[in-house]
Amino acid sequence: MSASAEPKPDSLLKMQRCTIRFGGLTAVSELDLRIGGDELIGLIGPNGAGKTTAFNMITGVYQPTEGEIHFAGTPLSGQAPQEITGLGIARTFQNIRLFPSLSVFDNVRVAFQLRQTTGMFQSLLRGAAFHRNEKLIESEVLEILDIFKLSRFRHTMAKNLPYGDQRRLEIVRALATKPKLLLLDEPAAGMNPTEKVELTRLIGFIKEKFRISVLLVEHDMQVVMGICQRIVVLDHGVKIAEGSPTEVRNDAKVVEAYLGDSHLKKPAAAVD
Amino acid sequence: MQLGAKRWLIAAVLVAFGVSALSGYFNRYYLGIAIDVGISIILAVSLNLINGHTGQFSLGHAGFMAVGGFTAAKLTLELTPSVPAAAQPALFVGAMLAGGLVAALAGLAVGLPSLRLKGDYLAIVTLGFGEIIRVIFQTSPAFGAATGLTGIPKFTTLFWTWSAAALTVYVVASLVNSTYGRGFLCVHDDEVAAAAMGINPTRYKVTAFVTGAFFAGMAGALYAHHKQVLKPDGFDFMKSIDVVVMVILGGMGNTVGVILAAILLTVLPELLRGFADYRMIVYSLLIIGLMLLRPQGLFNLRRRESRSAAAN
Ligand SMILES: Nc1ncnc2c1ncn2[C@@H]1O[C@H](COP(=O)(O)OP(=O)(O)OP(=O)(O)O)[C@@H](O)[C@H]1O
Ligand SMILES: [Mg+2]
Repeated sequence: MSASAEPKPDSLLKMQRCTIRFGGLTAVSELDLRIGGDELIGLIGPNGAGKTTAFNMITGVYQPTEGEIHFAGTPLSGQAPQEITGLGIARTFQNIRLFPSLSVFDNVRVAFQLRQTTGMFQSLLRGAAFHRNEKLIESEVLEILDIFKLSRFRHTMAKNLPYGDQRRLEIVRALATKPKLLLLDEPAAGMNPTEKVELTRLIGFIKEKFRISVLLVEHDMQVVMGICQRIVVLDHGVKIAEGSPTEVRNDAKVVEAYLGDSHLKKPAAAVD
Repeated sequence: MQLGAKRWLIAAVLVAFGVSALSGYFNRYYLGIAIDVGISIILAVSLNLINGHTGQFSLGHAGFMAVGGFTAAKLTLELTPSVPAAAQPALFVGAMLAGGLVAALAGLAVGLPSLRLKGDYLAIVTLGFGEIIRVIFQTSPAFGAATGLTGIPKFTTLFWTWSAAALTVYVVASLVNSTYGRGFLCVHDDEVAAAAMGINPTRYKVTAFVTGAFFAGMAGALYAHHKQVLKPDGFDFMKSIDVVVMVILGGMGNTVGVILAAILLTVLPELLRGFADYRMIVYSLLIIGLMLLRPQGLFNLRRRESRSAAAN
């Protein structure tokens, strides 16, 4: 294994023997996953392999049936999704889940209620501190919208945004919670080749600019192989391989279960 | 409205004061309707926080109103004789606040266990709650049982009603128009995404329920000291439906629209007095027609976002 493909010892995220069952179905089985600071990890596998389910366990949407997850040393068991976001894990969804009736500006702005001090009572009293804080939030929102070239859409309702921009906005919105780890669930789904190239560049840019770790679920092998330092392969809920892109690409089990002979061909777009 | 919100509130209270000072010259019938309108605005705008902004379908508003009304009326009935005339407005304000607070507690009691429920289920539970409240008042001798309370002092004035309405609008608008308050709208749009953004959906829902119930309770107190009689029958679920219709007609989550709808639906029945029996039929037709023709609400003008986007 190449050095970069080794999980860093000071793991940011540590998933240990995580299993989740839905009735009789074991969606994820004894998954071990470690992500260090400043890492970009790929999580791949065929449809129904359990990738989204792994995200849902990490973000507290589901509690693992067995196993433990630690984030920066803190156990995540029993924590609600919003608490986990507060600890520094942010995510996007496979099916875009923006706040459709809110403006682009507000979609990002709401991220700031997590870390700001003005709550309900300041909103009611509307004193100087409240206005100062709202101004500050506004400038931060505009700044991040600017970075991702979305500021011209700031008054647009999210649902009226072009598809590719909706995907981008979802990433921006997640970043606005100031995460240490960003989980991206098929961000390139539905994008055309040009948009995919742009997205690949964007993910690299985010990792550098915000100095965060990224866990990327993606079916497009060009995107995954191009930017990931390490790749974890799931099949039927079981981790069948882990290693550098080159190692994974040449792994017989991975080729059989997922990549097939021409492993750069695009699998059918996921629908769920 | 961010900067002018407080100034706007003060202006509204001053207007209420001015108009109220002149109310001696008004026809008593119109004065009564003006007070009814104020009470409707309080009810509709506060329900709009729950049903409109936060997207929780509550049918319990009449129940909260009853809790506030009976609490406040009981207090003034007991205490008025021993309070000097000069202190009676203070007694009334205290009774209003007490009515609001007890209703808010009821909101907490209903809100907490119901929050796992969504849509129809929540509607059914809140409807059940409203009916239980009504039955409790109907059977408890302390609140006059089926006859209710009578001889309630006439403390409600145009000033108090409109001021309370202005306060309701201020509170709901201020809450929603802030970074904190956008959380209500997020919960409305997508709870899973809201939680992923660090928003606690439960806390927002409970806050909406408690705040909404508080103002419904105040409205009940105003109503009690306006009509001077309080019958549990008056708070059946038809009363809740009335308020829900105002919110839907005004365009869920649109404060100005909901205020206009509250005014319209309070004044209209007065104009159509002869047809009182058909009111529910008219309401039903109105809602069906609205859902088909203008699902965003009759008065919902809040679509400027898309326009300014096209301009960019
Ligand atoms: N809430 C649930 N209840 C029951 N089964 C579930 C649930 N969530 C996921 N599953 C099942 O778990 C398995 C893994 O699903 P998951 O969505 O994690 O796959 P995935 O790897 O993300 O696939 P895709 O590439 O299609 O997105 C599937 O068989 C799915 O049907
Ligand atoms: Mg998936």
